[in-house]
Amino acid sequence: MSMRVLVACKRVIDYAVKVRVKPDKSGVVTEGVKHSMNPFDEIAVEEAVRMKESKVAGELIAVSCGPKQCQETLRTALAMGIDRAIHVEVSDADYANMQPFHVSKILAKVAQEEKADILLLGKQAIDDDCNQTGQMTAALLDWPQATFASAILKEGSDMLVTREVDGGLERIKVKVPAVITADLRLNEPRYATLPNIMKAKKKPLAKKPVSDFGVDLSPRHQVLSVEEPPVRKAGHKVETVEELVGKLKEAGVV
Amino acid sequence: MLRSFKLLSGSLLRNADSFAVRCCASPGIRQWRRQASDQAAPKSKPVAEESGSFAMNLFRGQIAADQVFPYPEVLTEEQNETLQMLVDPVSKFFEELNDPLKNDEIEDVEPATLEALKEMGAFGLQVPAKYGGLGLNNTQYARLVEIVGAHDLGVGICLGAHQSIGFKGILLFGTDEQKQKYLPKVATAEHFACFCLTEPSSGSDASSIRSRAVPSSDGSHYILNGSKIWISNGGISEIFTVFAQVPCKNPETGEVKDKVTAFIIERAFGGVSSGPKEKKMGIKASNTTEVYFEDVKVPKANLLGNEGDGFKVAMNILNNGRFGMAACLSGTMKAVIGKAVEHASQRSQFGKTIASFGAIQEKIGRMMMAQYVTESMAYMISSNMDRGSKEFQIEAAISKVYASEAAWFCCDEAIQVLGGMGYMKETGLEKVMRDLRIFRIFEGTNDILRLFVALTGIQYAGGHLKELQRAFKNPAANLGLIFGESAKRAKRIVGLGTGLSLGEHVHPTLAPSAELAASAIADFGVGVEQVLIKYGKGIVEKQFLLNRLANSAIDIYGMVAVLSRTTRSLNNGVATSAHETMLCETFCSEASERVKLDLKSLASTRSGKCFKNLAQISEEIVENGGLLPGHPLGY
Repeated sequence: MSMRVLVACKRVIDYAVKVRVKPDKSGVVTEGVKHSMNPFDEIAVEEAVRMKESKVAGELIAVSCGPKQCQETLRTALAMGIDRAIHVEVSDADYANMQPFHVSKILAKVAQEEKADILLLGKQAIDDDCNQTGQMTAALLDWPQATFASAILKEGSDMLVTREVDGGLERIKVKVPAVITADLRLNEPRYATLPNIMKAKKKPLAKKPVSDFGVDLSPRHQVLSVEEPPVRKAGHKVETVEELVGKLKEAGVV
Repeated sequence: MLRSFKLLSGSLLRNADSFAVRCCASPGIRQWRRQASDQAAPKSKPVAEESGSFAMNLFRGQIAADQVFPYPEVLTEEQNETLQMLVDPVSKFFEELNDPLKNDEIEDVEPATLEALKEMGAFGLQVPAKYGGLGLNNTQYARLVEIVGAHDLGVGICLGAHQSIGFKGILLFGTDEQKQKYLPKVATAEHFACFCLTEPSSGSDASSIRSRAVPSSDGSHYILNGSKIWISNGGISEIFTVFAQVPCKNPETGEVKDKVTAFIIERAFGGVSSGPKEKKMGIKASNTTEVYFEDVKVPKANLLGNEGDGFKVAMNILNNGRFGMAACLSGTMKAVIGKAVEHASQRSQFGKTIASFGAIQEKIGRMMMAQYVTESMAYMISSNMDRGSKEFQIEAAISKVYASEAAWFCCDEAIQVLGGMGYMKETGLEKVMRDLRIFRIFEGTNDILRLFVALTGIQYAGGHLKELQRAFKNPAANLGLIFGESAKRAKRIVGLGTGLSLGEHVHPTLAPSAELAASAIADFGVGVEQVLIKYGKGIVEKQFLLNRLANSAIDIYGMVAVLSRTTRSLNNGVATSAHETMLCETFCSEASERVKLDLKSLASTRSGKCFKNLAQISEEIVENGGLLPGHPLGY
């Protein structure tokens, strides 16, 4: 029996953009800044599409929580080969306070409603680097979790997941339904071809207001301040070894 | 795509009875006339046709603002969304997968890249979705081609030779059966297509082609013979849009005459072969060959358009493709400016970055200005085409001329900014420079296009002037027309100006620039009228003057394009509007000075003397077969 795979996609500031902090230090500038799908989620989408191509998966569903522009992210997923998409509509104001805790509650409900066998998502988003959503969702669903996957195989009715850990590779077996998070080396995502992008416009994209999910969106932690990394100070050249040693002594490092 | 030809006839045959074609002297001109009378438009037109084109009306010293103000925005929200989704993958593809220097080195598009481009759908951008393409409009196409231009012009030619001219004829003139049969395969580039017009003895003078297709005795097909040169994609194409002479019988006189006719030829017909790949200066990745047709049996069903309509077909294909070159090159300019800026801001000499020196600042400023003008023209034209304008041939020609020269200038200056680094292959600018050179030559040389711009405009203005002359013969019946025109002239004579103004269309900040443009337009109208009065139909032969009129028209169209775009930016309060205002002001100020000089030279005795000298110098050298002055050292 082929499985139903739900892939969560977050819209983030594009990896190539130089991020600027807002003058009031409340966050980073997002207006007029290029956004794209979180690269780890893109890897998750690619993996789902490959699972479908190898007949492991049947139906592929993508979900994204956030403002209207998330639909662009979902269209990209559809262009890559996802069958249909769900946009959980969140207002800009609510989205500003949204944290992995809220997203995982929503994802858990979507996974249940859609009767997903696997929830696949990136190990973390490149904007907040939280690395929490997959784990929390698994906990809320009480499903097994296989995080940082660098290979995913189906073995019987279970999933065999390879994880890159410090000592080498760890292979774990999980029962479905399960939550799997994608690591960098899982695959190399394909380019969406232009004809597929056009076709993606015709694939179903359901919009659901976040209120349908009955999740309390009040923030659970507060951002005190967002700062630019300190600017690296210019060094200066020394003429001789003696001078170098002198300077090092002066700095108290030798 | 490597071709250039005779566009003049294209323009002149539009109004066969217009005065510019009336009496022509030189053999070349006679040919235009022959073409013109062949194409026999309805003879007497009571009233000269009104055109909505800004550039056309410019030649009458009038402002037709509809197509230029406000800056056109034709994309619907949905079209914009779609386009935005396409931009990213195309950019990524060229940034990450395509290797321009490798393509240049192997003189081919790398096979994996070519396959990926096919898969990506890049070869069928404007083919309707029902035939397997993306169904993009001109503006959407322009935006994507711009990305190609920024990365690899060699690949750009491979793509452009295929879809901008190779099978464009089928899109524009094909029957439903032809579309059904050919488009699905060319849209995916399962079959490549190319455009075959130029021949060894026929370049700019395209009506002189010698390829000939003769109906078979049973009338079921044609037998095509001939050879074509410099055909982009010639060696890899399956589908050829071919122009050849076909004996046509005039239904009235019964006289049989050869007329240019367009055909869709398949390599599979047999008798089609192509020569080895040409060695070229640039765009090496594109496949350029000769193509030979030897007793090719062409079914009747493969006529493209009607017998004898080939010229119109060719002109339309090219007119429809030119905006794409401007868009493509605006991308190239963006890329080379980026390289220059990167270097200038990092390279330090005399204790300062070179970007802080005036000599470099002027270069960067001028490069930016040229890019802004090109981009403004390209999207103005694509938008007008998308909203159904049929009168864009002057604007399209202007954009091709301006863009190809502006891009050459930018790349040359970028190399200069980078100094020795710029000259190194590894930097990538050297390749761009070689690639760019062809853009001033193919698809109508800039020289021919300048004449085309001037003569098409003059012809239109002349038609209206003639109407005025006719009106004077029967003043009572034409009082309105005469009063209007007389008032315009009277005002001009007493120095009141013509009342021409762009003020209502532009942002108040730009009022001084708009005034410069408006007075350039008025002066231009006067200039055209004066040369018409002075030379009459003889103006057709005055290429020194036509050139200067064309240059003025290009500058004026550039002014109007940036005035319109900057106005939009100011009105929308975009963050860069102050920057754009500087670009606009500077361009208008300098362009209006150039226009003044050019227009002054039309009537000035000193310029006249120079033109005469130049012509004579050339004649004497040509007669001598080389330089005349002796060496300063005497040997």
